[in-house]
Amino acid sequence: MSSVDLTQFHKTFFEESLEGLDAMEAALLALDSGSTDGELVHTIFRAAHSIKGGAATFGFTDVAAFTHVAESLLEEVRSERRGVDGELIDLLLRSVDCLRGMLSRSRGGQPVADAESEALRGELVRLVSGEAAVAVVAAAAPKAVVAGWDIDFSALPHLLQTGNEPLRLFRELQQLGRLEVLRVFLVDGAPAQLADFDPTTCYLGWQLRLHGDVARADVDAVFDWLDGDCVLAIKALEAAPVAVANDAAPVAPAAVSAAPAAGAKVAVRDTASASSEGSSIRVGIDKVDALINMMGELVITQSMLSDIGEKFDMSQLERLREGLVQLERNTRELQESVMRIRMLSIASVFNRFPRLVRDLERKLGKQVRLELHGENTELDKTVLEKIGDPLVHLVRNAIDHGLESPEKRRAAGKSETGTLKLNAYHEGGNIVVQISDDGAGLNHAAIVAKAQQRGLVAEGQDLSDAEVAELIFQPGFSTAAQATDLSGRGVGMDVVRRNVRDLGGTVGVRSVTGKGSTFTIALPLTLAIIDGLVTAVGEERYIVPLISIVESLRLKADKVRKTAGGGEVFLFRDEYLPMMRLYKTFGCADAVSSIENGIVVVVEEEGRRVGLLVDDLLGQQQAVVKSLEAHYQRVEGISGATILSDGSVALIVDVSGVVRLGQSQGQRRKAA
Amino acid sequence: MYENNPDAADTLQQLTFNLAGEEYGVDILTVREIRGWSRVTRIPQTPDYLLGVLNLRGAIVPIMDLRLRFGLERESYGDNTVMIIVAVDERLFGIVVDAVSDVVDIDPAAIKPVPDMGVVVDTRYLKGLATHVERMVMLLDVEKLMRPEDVETLDAAMPDVRDVEVAA
Repeated sequence: MSSVDLTQFHKTFFEESLEGLDAMEAALLALDSGSTDGELVHTIFRAAHSIKGGAATFGFTDVAAFTHVAESLLEEVRSERRGVDGELIDLLLRSVDCLRGMLSRSRGGQPVADAESEALRGELVRLVSGEAAVAVVAAAAPKAVVAGWDIDFSALPHLLQTGNEPLRLFRELQQLGRLEVLRVFLVDGAPAQLADFDPTTCYLGWQLRLHGDVARADVDAVFDWLDGDCVLAIKALEAAPVAVANDAAPVAPAAVSAAPAAGAKVAVRDTASASSEGSSIRVGIDKVDALINMMGELVITQSMLSDIGEKFDMSQLERLREGLVQLERNTRELQESVMRIRMLSIASVFNRFPRLVRDLERKLGKQVRLELHGENTELDKTVLEKIGDPLVHLVRNAIDHGLESPEKRRAAGKSETGTLKLNAYHEGGNIVVQISDDGAGLNHAAIVAKAQQRGLVAEGQDLSDAEVAELIFQPGFSTAAQATDLSGRGVGMDVVRRNVRDLGGTVGVRSVTGKGSTFTIALPLTLAIIDGLVTAVGEERYIVPLISIVESLRLKADKVRKTAGGGEVFLFRDEYLPMMRLYKTFGCADAVSSIENGIVVVVEEEGRRVGLLVDDLLGQQQAVVKSLEAHYQRVEGISGATILSDGSVALIVDVSGVVRLGQSQGQRRKAA
Repeated sequence: MYENNPDAADTLQQLTFNLAGEEYGVDILTVREIRGWSRVTRIPQTPDYLLGVLNLRGAIVPIMDLRLRFGLERESYGDNTVMIIVAVDERLFGIVVDAVSDVVDIDPAAIKPVPDMGVVVDTRYLKGLATHVERMVMLLDVEKLMRPEDVETLDAAMPDVRDVEVAA
């Protein structure tokens, strides 16, 4: 091979292969649900074929070998020599999982094949039809000395378009032994007139004879990449001709004798999503075009402005103003378009749920109908990548704990099939994702009992529905009577909440006993820009995210009460809220310390409200979030920094962090 | 001027600066920029020596006062006060020093280990001592400067742990 460094293409290969596996999975699930669309089989076949091609090119031989067997099986389905049944789909789905595992191991540079993949491959091999099995045995049997091979090779019209070059094949064959071309012929369907020939189509077939004692496997290896691109027949010279379908390349004997995969477990599928760093993004050409258009407008505006600037006098003031307005519009549009590049539809996350639901249905003996809505809702790539796991957790919980078994549902007068609904939509500046089921709802009695047992609530304490719902987000809380491997290990909802909170979002639950429960996740559209309120505290500027602000108000000093332990509270809409003096929390000098002269910003985070005392409000601003961690480290109470219009740095307040800080400072006061 | 020096490849170029009457050097290859003192944005919950962060062409860069970092008295900033922006592993940070002096070539062989004695400076931030034209230059270990103190404490405890392992 050439000296080109192939590793530079590995990332693309992995990405495309994983996408291919997703497509395979989706098509398999569609077949499973009774779809008869013939295109589905082709989709699956194409995906397997490209993975095999890529894997062979980049030297991932185990992956290539595995896919090859799966592809052979698919070829039989495609040519209608084999029917599709549940067992086959099961096997293929497991192969998809297994390939995901193999790919992620190759990416991590670990040994690729394991006992599981070998066992699964054995299963696939055994399924591949009888004639192929003959070939396998023939290949595996001790070789008789052969004088050579007769090869009938006719190209399918698209051979050249798949990047194959017959001449290269012949050269390779020549290296195995002396190659004789017996006949070259036009295949059926070739145009009669020379003028009708299409230079990108191959109309030729060859009868070749390869002399010498060459192993069958070596000959097959030459044609390995041409599966589906040609009609091939290879016969041994002076031997009983064995007609072999081109898909039945020999398989290592080890695979044939591999142990039955009765106990093979389903591969863990989340490994594939493990590494997300340094990933790339695919952008629709329309988005790029929009960007280029806007860039053009920006250039025009800029040249207009510089024109004004060159010979400026006061008569041009109006034009200058117009120009600046235009510049502002261009900049904003450009910003929006650039942000849109990072936006991907949530379908990529939703698409993994049909499979998950199918597996859980089988495992738990429940019947579930999955409804997906708003798959085209777009959100930031970073958010999208991180929201997958919490959503999976919620879906598992809904099926495991939420939906009842068919018997129970019948007894409760509901349809035996439970409904699980996933819905994504925009609301204000947020993306909302809802997971709702029509199951039993939260079991209040069990939750309260468990909370009492854990000492989270006192015995006999009266709890509202909302308070009970809040309990399930406590660390280490799980009500599943028996821990299953799906859920109930007690590391559940608190992790979901923490993940969502890391993304700057919130999660809540609404539940009606006997009717079902709905989990609602609200996420910011993007992490890169926030709408913020610029506040002054002493000489410092702090930005409070607009999304968490309830109201800003001036208070009279007598409205604030001291509490035991040195805290302060004030009355806000019939509710006493704790007051935090931001200058104390952040240790700012020269700040306004009297309540009357400052302004109280009431913020809300996860249903908790507190008042933050600042000196003044300076206005609203979109803040481009810059991380402090890039050059320093994480700072409690601060979610990042941004650059103000005068070039100075302002810190962005992490509201929940500040509340935590205030609590710990309060406790220290108490201890002192 | 460097081309004329045949030993350029073998010598360490150090940017020297003045701090509380002593002369220090930082490896010139780590220096990204030297700039006059300008106001920084303070960060809460940080040690005193960390003065705050600065906008350096869009990057948020922490700035520390080297006097405070070394436990010296804080000096009011004047015209000579400068910030030296250094980069360690692509992380930028700035140190505030009294004044920048010179760029000098130091022969690596002439670098002496730091004696464990009562210099005004905590010796753990020094790589070694060198002499340049009769003057002593203390070579700073910039990598260690920016590390949080708990890591340093851990480092200090490490030799003991190793001893235990060897003994076992």
